[in-house]
Amino acid sequence: MDFIAIFSIFVLACFVGYFVVWSVTPALHTPLMSVTNAISSVIIVGALIASAAAGSASSKWLGLAAVVMASINIFGGFAVTERMLAMYKKKER
Amino acid sequence: MDFQPILAAAAGGHGAVNPWAAIAYLVSGILFILALRGLSSPASSRRGNRYGMAGMTIAVVTTLLTHAPVTVDGGVDSIGLVEILVAIGIGAVIGIVMARKIAMTAMPQLVAAFHSLVGLAAVAVAAAAYLNPQAFGIADAAGQIFTVSRVEMGLGIAIGAITFSGSVIAFLKLNGNMSGAPIMLPGRHVINLGTLAAIIGLVAYFTFDQSPWVFWTVTGLSFLIGFLLIIPIGGADMPVVVSMLNSYSGWAAAAMGFTLGNTAMIITGALVGSSGAILSYIMCRAMNRSFISVIAGGFGGDDAAAGAGGTKEQRPWKPGSADDAAFLMSQAENVIIVPGYGMAVAQAQHALREMADQLKKEGVNVKYAIHPVAGRMPGHMNVLLAEANVPYDEVFELEDINGEFAQADVAFVIGANDVTNPAAKTDKTSPIYGMPILDVANAKTVLFVKRSMGGVGYAGVDNDVFYMDQTMMLLGDAKKMADDIVKALSGSGH
Repeated sequence: MDFIAIFSIFVLACFVGYFVVWSVTPALHTPLMSVTNAISSVIIVGALIASAAAGSASSKWLGLAAVVMASINIFGGFAVTERMLAMYKKKER
Repeated sequence: MDFQPILAAAAGGHGAVNPWAAIAYLVSGILFILALRGLSSPASSRRGNRYGMAGMTIAVVTTLLTHAPVTVDGGVDSIGLVEILVAIGIGAVIGIVMARKIAMTAMPQLVAAFHSLVGLAAVAVAAAAYLNPQAFGIADAAGQIFTVSRVEMGLGIAIGAITFSGSVIAFLKLNGNMSGAPIMLPGRHVINLGTLAAIIGLVAYFTFDQSPWVFWTVTGLSFLIGFLLIIPIGGADMPVVVSMLNSYSGWAAAAMGFTLGNTAMIITGALVGSSGAILSYIMCRAMNRSFISVIAGGFGGDDAAAGAGGTKEQRPWKPGSADDAAFLMSQAENVIIVPGYGMAVAQAQHALREMADQLKKEGVNVKYAIHPVAGRMPGHMNVLLAEANVPYDEVFELEDINGEFAQADVAFVIGANDVTNPAAKTDKTSPIYGMPILDVANAKTVLFVKRSMGGVGYAGVDNDVFYMDQTMMLLGDAKKMADDIVKALSGSGH
C-alpha cells in the first residue's frame, strides 16, 4: 500500500478514536486503559514477522523476545479487563 | 499445511499484500473499534472485551499463516513455528498470572508495567526490522531501506523507547520503589529540549545515512529522554503521566503499522493514541493544570509545601465519634459518600459498602460522588468501589451529582481532601485554584474522616471545610472508622 493510502486510514482512525473514546463512560476509564493496552500489543504482528524471517539470527531473537512481551500484554491486558468488568454490577431490586 | 506456501508467496510486504490478509487485518481493526465502543456502558462492556480478543486472534492467526517460518526448500519450518508458539505460551502464562494476582489498588502500576512492555516490544520490532529489512519488505535488493520506512522506523523506535523508560519510572514511582517526590535536575529543560532536538535531527539524518550508529544513538537517546521526562513529575500528577504513556504506546504501534503497511496496527495505534490523549486531557482539566505544566514537572514538591506551611494557624474544629456519625446518618434522608484514594490505601471500601448497606436498610438514600482524580489513574475509584460490590448505578461523576449536595443531609468524606477544598473556587493564590471540586460544603452536615488534623492533601493546602460549623471531623483510620460506624448502626436496634 502506498503511503498516502495508509496515512488516510490513520487520519480517519484518529477521528474514529476521538469520538469512540469520548463516548466511553468515565466509570470505565480504568478498563479502557487496560484494554487499549491489550490491543496496542497488536504490534505482535511485527514481532511474528521478525521471528519467522530467515536471514538474520539477531533479528529473529529480537522478534521472539517481542512476541513474549506482546503476549504478556495481550493475555494480561484482556484478562485483567475481563476481571474488572465482571465486578461492575447493577443495583439488585 | 498445503495452502501455506501459496499464502507465503503472496505476502511479500508493501509490494504484494495478500488481499485476504489485508481484509483480515481490517476486520481485526474494526473489532478493536467495537471493543472500545462497548465501554460506553458497563452492560455492553464485556461483549466489547470479547470483540477485542476476537480481533487479536484474527490478527495473530493471519500473520502466522502469511508469515510462517519457512525452511530453505520452501516448506514450513516446524521448529521455528514451535519456537513462536512457545514464546506466545510463555507470555500467556505470565500475563494471565499477573492479571489474576494483581490487587485492584495496584492497577496503576500494572498498567504502567504493561505500557513499558508495549514500548520495549516496539523497540525490539523496530530493531529487528532494521537488522533484517528485506523480511519486512521495506528495503530494495541491495539492502537500502526505503526513505519513508526510515522515518517511520526512526519514529517507531524513538516513541517505543520513550514509552519504555518513561513507564518504568512511572511504575517505580507508583509502586513505591522510588519516591513520588519530583526529582529536579538543574537545567533540565535545556537538557530535555536538547535531547529531543538531537533525536529529531538524527531521525532526519537517518534518511540519508542508514549506518548503525545513527539508529542505535536514536535508540539510546530516546531511552534517556523517557527517563528524564518522568523523573521531575510528582506523585499527584501520575494519573496524567499514565494516560500520556498510554497514548505513546498507541503512537508507537501506529508507527510500526506504517512500517509494515498493516491496517490493524494503524487503526489500533490511532485508537489507543487518541484514547490516551483524551484521558490525559480529562485528568488535566480535573486538576485545572495545563498539559505543559504537568510535563514541566515539579508539582507536589517543596514549593507547594513551603507555601502552605508558612501561614498555618490554629482554628477551632469539631471532633466527632463513630456513634455520632452513625446517629446523624441514620436520621438522614440523603447521604452522599465522597471517597478518595486514602480510602483505598486504608482498604476501607468493603467496610464503607457495609455501612452504606446498613443505611439503606434504614431507608436512607445513599449515593457516591467521584471526582475524576480521586484515584491514581482515570476511573480507578470506580473500579475499587465495583470490587467492593457497590452497584455502579449508585456511583456518580462530579458533573452529575454536584448539584445534589445542597439537598443532601450528610456528605461523608472518606480519604479525600483536595477535591472538596473550596479554596479552589475562592482563593486565587491557592495552588489548586480553578480545579473543579465536589461542593460538600453545601450539605447540611459534613462528616470528614481523616487520619489526623496535621496532614494535608497532595497539594499541601489547608481545607476550610474542616473548620465549618456543620462539619464534624472523624479522626482515625478510615477502615476502623467505617467498621465502628457499621457496629454503631447495627447496634442501634432500628
